[in-house]
Amino acid sequence: MTARRRGGACGRPRATTTVAPTSWDEQWIFASQIRAGKSAMSFARLPKITFWRTVLAVILCAGFYSTLLRFTKGLGAATNLTDRFPWGLWIGFDVFCGVGLAAGGFTLAAIVYVFHLRRFHPILRPATLTAFLGYALVAVALLYDLGRPYNIWHPLIMWNPHSVMFEVAWCVMLYLTVLALEFSPVVFERLGMQKPLKLLQAVTIPLVIVGVLLSTLHQSSLGSLFLIVPSKLHPYWYSPLLPLLFFVSALGVGMAMVIFESNLSARAFGREIEMSLLSALGRAMAVVLGIYAILRFQDLWGRGALAYLRRPSTETVLFVLEIVLGLLLPLLLLLFRQVRENRDGLFAVAVLVITGFLLNRLNVSVTGLEYSAQAHYFPKWTEVAVTLSMVGMGFLCFAWAARHLKVFEGD
Amino acid sequence: MSRSILVDTTRCVGCQRCVVACKLVNGLLSTSRSDFLTTDTLRALTPDTDLPMDESGDEQLSARALNVVQTHGSVYVRRFCMHCQDPTCVSVCPVGAFRKTAAGPVVYAEDRCMGCRYCMVACPFGVPRYEWNKVWAPRVKKCHMCAPRQAKGLKPACTEVCPAQAGVFGEREDLLREAENRLRQDPAKYYQHIYGKQEVGGTSVLYLSAVPVEELGLPANLPHDPLPGYTYRVLSKIPNLVTIGGALLGGIWWITRRREEVTSAEREEGTHK
Repeated sequence: MTARRRGGACGRPRATTTVAPTSWDEQWIFASQIRAGKSAMSFARLPKITFWRTVLAVILCAGFYSTLLRFTKGLGAATNLTDRFPWGLWIGFDVFCGVGLAAGGFTLAAIVYVFHLRRFHPILRPATLTAFLGYALVAVALLYDLGRPYNIWHPLIMWNPHSVMFEVAWCVMLYLTVLALEFSPVVFERLGMQKPLKLLQAVTIPLVIVGVLLSTLHQSSLGSLFLIVPSKLHPYWYSPLLPLLFFVSALGVGMAMVIFESNLSARAFGREIEMSLLSALGRAMAVVLGIYAILRFQDLWGRGALAYLRRPSTETVLFVLEIVLGLLLPLLLLLFRQVRENRDGLFAVAVLVITGFLLNRLNVSVTGLEYSAQAHYFPKWTEVAVTLSMVGMGFLCFAWAARHLKVFEGD
Repeated sequence: MSRSILVDTTRCVGCQRCVVACKLVNGLLSTSRSDFLTTDTLRALTPDTDLPMDESGDEQLSARALNVVQTHGSVYVRRFCMHCQDPTCVSVCPVGAFRKTAAGPVVYAEDRCMGCRYCMVACPFGVPRYEWNKVWAPRVKKCHMCAPRQAKGLKPACTEVCPAQAGVFGEREDLLREAENRLRQDPAKYYQHIYGKQEVGGTSVLYLSAVPVEELGLPANLPHDPLPGYTYRVLSKIPNLVTIGGALLGGIWWITRRREEVTSAEREEGTHK
């Protein structure tokens, strides 16, 4: 493995084509060899990769144009945001969903280091990497969305402890640092630097505990942000329990993300999948979803919000979709052992949970506010382009790291 | 000692003088004329041909209009910042760009702002507006109750020019007493409610009208306690959460590690035998 990687770093074309390509230049050669029909590698995989590369290139070009537009013409030109609708896709998806989807990082760190369930160790590094990339992209997305991005550091010296946004700002900064430190051993290993490795090993446990605490605060604080709009957020979603609901659903989606991303990387890198671990994670996810469902329904019932179901509206459709598709259906499926222990079954459940989570966050931060704002918001294509570019960059970075660093154990 | 404005919608004649006065003192008008104006003449005067209007043709609050007069049925209703006693915007701003001054106005410090627009999302009255088309340094815009004029001992421009005494400036207690007097003296004329007396803990702008607030386009579903408490109740738990959570996680780590050590020691013993 080491020899192969070294070869890849030099960009030397390899004689054998059965080994997966290890660097970009090598990959081009590899791809051209396959195109010329020289390779024994499966042909089925190649068109898919080329297709996705084209899609990615288009997305990144559109994202580049949108970036220029945003920073030369302002938010008004690059977005469909208005005075009545000041937060849109960049906050609703990039920040709210991005942070939630990164929740696998702290969940697994806690499982492995705090609860000493060491058998989960093989999937810890990819989860930490996903979390780090997720948070890095949140920080970048904020630079697009903030009206004065050059003032992003202001919360460091201008304090307002009464503001949830102040808490959010500090959580992003601190947890991004913690994630970088948690992932850095992988980089130091690659560079063969022993001293920092030892230092980091010594502080692993405190670091993990701080990371778990920061994540708990951050996930819940995104819910707390909306505690202050009791008269504006639709009763389906406004609840005094928002911080708790956000935290519990983040735990659930964190596990779903680990399952999702293990499947994808197994497919992309032709690796064995750690099915027993993922099934165990599926079981834990069922428990978390169960707790979430109880909390959610008790809260909806207690506030009488279910009465709105009798009124047909966009909100009702989205609410039902969110609850049925993203909560009840996966919960039901997870009760079956056949589903939990089947690779595709579990993958499908993870996709459902993630969809439900995305719906929930977008409903709380965008759709749920439409009825009181008496305004309709739909993102401009440039907003979508920036968001997709962020996701694309995330995939690129992950793929790059997976090729050049020891992200997966046993490589 | 908190200054307020009492708006009596039964007195307002819809002359739009307050609108023009507001634009004048805020540098949003390129003329010095402030005579009798209607929305149409106002349109003619402003260089901004694209004033945001609503369905009825009324001007909407915007970065270029911090005070507007809208028609709701036959009632003229002024809309501008309510200058809450315990303002939501002051509480939500992560960098403390908003401040409630002792004199009453809620003011904005643009050099602190980072443009997160949480204030716009959070304001229960939907007042703050944004300079969406500015690239480099967009600002949040809202009425500041002419704080600079007040500092010079002057009244807010809108109350200065009102020909019908529909907007009166004074101490909040005095104005509340005045409003109660009006309600008592002419119960047939008024709907018996002072809007802003209790809404979100009280505001420095008070409204009187002949009809319920729902018909004025003002939010009627507001709680009577200040909104900042809604989030601070949770935020104030953070120190406890961190200490208890930290101790709990540390404890779990210690127990599970100990268990692991015991198991491996037992296994070792087993192999020795």
